[in-house]
Amino acid sequence: MNKGSTVKISGDVSIVLCGAAGQGIQTIEQILPRVLKRAGYNVFATKEYMSRVRGGSNSTQIRVSSRRVSAYLDRIDILIPLDNAAIPHLKKRISPDTVIIGDSEKLSSDLEFIDVPFSGLAKKIGGTIYENIVAVGMLSGMFRLDIEMVSDFIMKFFSKKKEDIVRNNITAFKKGYETGTDFCRSGKFCIDIGTDKEAAEEILISGSEAVGLGAIAGGCNFISAYPMTPSTGVFTFLAQHSDNFDIIVEQAEDEIAAMNMQLGAWYAGARAMVTTSGGGLALMVEGISLAGMIESPAVIYLAQRPGPATGLPTRTEQGDLEMALYSGHGEFPRVIYTPGTLEDAFYLTQKAFNVADKYQIPVFVLSDQNLADLIYNLPLPDMSAVNVERYIIKTGSDYKRYELTEDGISPRGIPGYGAGIIGADSDEHNEDGHITEDLDLRIKMVDKRLKKLDLVRAESVPPELIGNENYETLVVGWGSTHGAIKEALENIGSNDISYLYIKQVYPLHPDITDYLENAEKTIIVENNATSQFGKLIKLYLGMEFDSKVLKYDGMPFSVEELAGRISREAAI
Amino acid sequence: MNKEIFDLPDIDMAWCPGCGNFGIVSVLKEALAELEIKPEELVIVSGIGQAAKAPHYLRTNFFNGLHGRALPPATGIKAANPELSVIAESGDGDMYGEGGNHFIHTIRRNPDITNIVHNNMVYGLTKGQASPTSRKGFRTPIQVHGVFPEPFNPVAVAISLDASFVARTFIGDRDLTREILKKAIRHKGYALVDIFQPCVSFNKVNTYAWFKDNTYRLEDSHDPSDRQEAFRRATETTKLPLGIFYINSKNSFEENIPIYGKDKTPLFMRGPDREKLTHLIRSRI
Ligand SMILES: Cc1ncc(C[n+]2csc(CCOP(=O)(O)OP(=O)(O)O)c2C)c(N)n1
Ligand code: SF4
Repeated sequence: MNKGSTVKISGDVSIVLCGAAGQGIQTIEQILPRVLKRAGYNVFATKEYMSRVRGGSNSTQIRVSSRRVSAYLDRIDILIPLDNAAIPHLKKRISPDTVIIGDSEKLSSDLEFIDVPFSGLAKKIGGTIYENIVAVGMLSGMFRLDIEMVSDFIMKFFSKKKEDIVRNNITAFKKGYETGTDFCRSGKFCIDIGTDKEAAEEILISGSEAVGLGAIAGGCNFISAYPMTPSTGVFTFLAQHSDNFDIIVEQAEDEIAAMNMQLGAWYAGARAMVTTSGGGLALMVEGISLAGMIESPAVIYLAQRPGPATGLPTRTEQGDLEMALYSGHGEFPRVIYTPGTLEDAFYLTQKAFNVADKYQIPVFVLSDQNLADLIYNLPLPDMSAVNVERYIIKTGSDYKRYELTEDGISPRGIPGYGAGIIGADSDEHNEDGHITEDLDLRIKMVDKRLKKLDLVRAESVPPELIGNENYETLVVGWGSTHGAIKEALENIGSNDISYLYIKQVYPLHPDITDYLENAEKTIIVENNATSQFGKLIKLYLGMEFDSKVLKYDGMPFSVEELAGRISREAAI
Repeated sequence: MNKEIFDLPDIDMAWCPGCGNFGIVSVLKEALAELEIKPEELVIVSGIGQAAKAPHYLRTNFFNGLHGRALPPATGIKAANPELSVIAESGDGDMYGEGGNHFIHTIRRNPDITNIVHNNMVYGLTKGQASPTSRKGFRTPIQVHGVFPEPFNPVAVAISLDASFVARTFIGDRDLTREILKKAIRHKGYALVDIFQPCVSFNKVNTYAWFKDNTYRLEDSHDPSDRQEAFRRATETTKLPLGIFYINSKNSFEENIPIYGKDKTPLFMRGPDREKLTHLIRSRI
């Protein structure tokens, strides 16, 4: 930390809290970003954690900014280590400018830090359990948040607790608040971040919540899944809201059951989904193929984490694109969406249900730990743009489930709605759905199923160009790398480099070819080791990226790292 | 109702002449007709195997899914629309081997479905390998020295899991099979009906004659509410009892699904509540 003159942190501050699992950073995470946002700050938060319930070192980064931010930074402006392991855990990211605030009763470090007696203050109030709220108070004080507003929030937050506990929490908050306001007054450091009214009115959600809300907006009323990090957030979200939205929630005995249950549910008229991660998808693969054969809609939320096998359960990677693309034996169409923003996580999940129903195909929503766990503020979604489209028909007595039609889509009936008989068969089948070994019919049925791919391609989600239209260098990314690429390019500030954000990796939107052709140089950014999207582009478009920026240590790209690597690649 | 309502015209059946599967389909049609279940209101879900082809041979809704995976879609179908009657039907290899985990957990979950298992103690479709119910010493082109593991006892397993209805029958006894099927279908909750079905092509040991000699009907005095006794009878080995071993009526899976608590409307007739959704989204401000 610089001595002497008062440090002034302006425009954008990165606060990192770090402690062991079970130390209760969570409460801070649940309160602070929301009250900051309500005060009109743009907020972003992300966490990195170990696959354990107690101990280890977990950290949460909260960025408070005068402009919208949606990515992880290496830079730490203010570090709050909750134990002695925190500083070594984060040593690479601590700079001489990092302000460290700790409690000397717990923290011993060679680095200079501002001593705040969190535990001493908490004990005076009633016990160390109030330490977290002292910290919330201190941070609120640093930003001079409205005391009433935050007290109100804390009261509601603890409303289920006993009255004296609520009172103590408020006292803890106020104690912390005084300490926080004192930093600037006493010349230690000041924070100067602009607020905007808009942010105050926006929502603050996580990637998992965005997908969960999108599913509800898509009419999801059945979810069968088996818990697996980092997909469990969506499963939990839908379970939490199941009573309110008439959703049947079943924790299956395994992913095989989950996937097959979803297909049964769609067959009988539900709008169903599964949530899983790579290992679980491996078990669902045969069921995905079944969806292809029986032309069943299916929605698969795949939250990636580093593999192979169990890999790094709580970390992030974009390593399962190829698996999503190739999962399931045989040849049949599918769609893979790759949202990179919370808005898109909402809209594309919503759309997944309509597209799955319309074309009777499996639709993937590909996410990862990075996107699932981050939060930031965004405008309220435009509800007029989301509609539950239903394609179920009432059948007549001469109904044929797999009627050979011009475009390959056979109107979908369900049992118990109309006079028709509804067949579904994993064997090759005739128009009634009965098993057949007629090889001429086989060709017709394969063609019928594959024809639908042309239809879904025509409805592909276009990529979004961010930056100048007359670029020399085009940086391409898909999914969760979005926030970091966007901010890295803003920091580079070159008119010659633009960014193409891919929201659907399969089938590819035709515009992608033009965008790539217009570039003198193309750079692909992926959170994996082998550039799976690069391979897909080569396979389907016959084009190769000039350079690759890859990362596979289990962490997302930071803005600084990406800015450095992109500038270097662009300059070559 | 006339059982012909379930007849399908022009079917090319893939079963060997004399196979026990024919009897099962025919008795099932009789049972369904006697229960007045309409083809449009019934779904038969199956896996893969010779037995699993059964739903292709009668006129009703069918979901012929993957090997071993009849029970999960059957559960999903019944949950999505509890007004449908649902039967999950497959062979012993499918239900107890490939699908063994689903067998256990479906019993625990207790959906209101009837689980019919054609138990021929062999893999028919793949031409004669051992199945989980093959008896010790049974020789096959794979088990060249005979089967070594203990045979799987589905009846005892189901009773140990406190299944809500557990029965076994032999297709050689059509009357018993029909009566059991009717009771099983009418039973609210999961009902297992394990049916001994001779495979005339690949099981030359457990033939019609063998099943006739090695089975007997449970006495009328057997009390199906007595779980200990049911378990004891299920583990008899010298001669295998047939009949309803155990009944334990309890809430079904669908009855435990909160959304059906006040409103029985099937899922396809429901829509999302946009107002509530807007409210939920706004709560995130
Ligand atoms: C995943 C998978 N593994 C293996 C098979 C091959 N297979 C089809 S049916 C079957 C066994 C059939 O035995 P059973 O279920 O007892 O029925 P049966 O043919 O005797 O009626 C096997 C191994 C398959 N279709 N799918
Ligand atoms: S192989 Fe066996 S079970 Fe299959 S149809 Fe022939 S006799 Fe029946």
